Amino acid sequence: MVMVSAFRRLRPDWSLTEAVNADEALQVIANGAVDIALVDFNMPGTNGLDLVSRIRAVNPGMPVAVVSANVQDEIIARARELNAAFVAKPLTDEALGAFLSGAALRLRKSG
Amino acid sequence: MTSDISGLSEIEKDAISEIANLGVSRAAASLRQMVGEQVLLSVPAVNIVSRSEAAALVERGSSPRLVAVRQSFEGPFSGRALLIFPEGQSLELVRSIVGEEHPLEDIIDLEQEALAETGNIILNACLATIANVLHKPMRMSLPSVVRGDGATMFGVGDTSEGDLVLFLYIDFTIKSRNIRGFIALMMDLPSIVALKEIVREFIEGIAKQSDIVG
Repeated sequence: MVMVSAFRRLRPDWSLTEAVNADEALQVIANGAVDIALVDFNMPGTNGLDLVSRIRAVNPGMPVAVVSANVQDEIIARARELNAAFVAKPLTDEALGAFLSGAALRLRKSG
Repeated sequence: MTSDISGLSEIEKDAISEIANLGVSRAAASLRQMVGEQVLLSVPAVNIVSRSEAAALVERGSSPRLVAVRQSFEGPFSGRALLIFPEGQSLELVRSIVGEEHPLEDIIDLEQEALAETGNIILNACLATIANVLHKPMRMSLPSVVRGDGATMFGVGDTSEGDLVLFLYIDFTIKSRNIRGFIALMMDLPSIVALKEIVREFIEGIAKQSDIVG
């Protein structure tokens, strides 16, 4: 809810697809229309880090951020190991904006 | 170092309060960021009490109808963390977070989801900080919203769990909105034994650091 409204405010011209669980997210990514993923750590049946490792298996270079209030050192370190950003909640426009700008830059570079 | 009947010495109580205080301060900073208003905190109270005494503590001075966001945590010690409000104040809290511009009907629709997410942010801030300070990773469950009296919140009469718990609570106030509530952590007896050991290591760590500095 907060993430969606912050995203729309920051990047009104980008299109946004929401997925309610990990399988749906992987399906949307498999369909090929996703450039960047924002993954909440909390989700039904699994967690955001497990989803990111499944995304990495098919998409090693996609810019991905794990978004969570669970700021435990181990969780942040695990996100880094998976080459994902960690964005802390409460989500701020600054933090989300910085991740999205960095992601856009990486996508442009990789063409 | 004296040990009271509850099995926690004064220095252990102080250390637990101090660690909890770090967690709750981070939680208050998160809440402050969400509501945009100053959040005042009390000094943490740490006690080993029965579940019904814990229930009475959170009902004291407020209506017995409460709403709470509850998360379980597991690690070297396990228990439950709760963010508790008098029931009448949860709508006001949600309104202060999502903004005044939303009509009341929308706020009522959003209440459950917004409360769960607010609780998730605040309780995670608190628990993750404690886990980081102690260097002990913890797993947190998804948040659930519970309504009822103190006995419902703390499982009074639930025979599957022991009656005595380590109960730690802090009350907070969002002054300009007249919203107040509690953050409570509750652990059962096996966890208290594990926590005492971890706190002992923590105190020794501080003593070593002071030796280096001194």
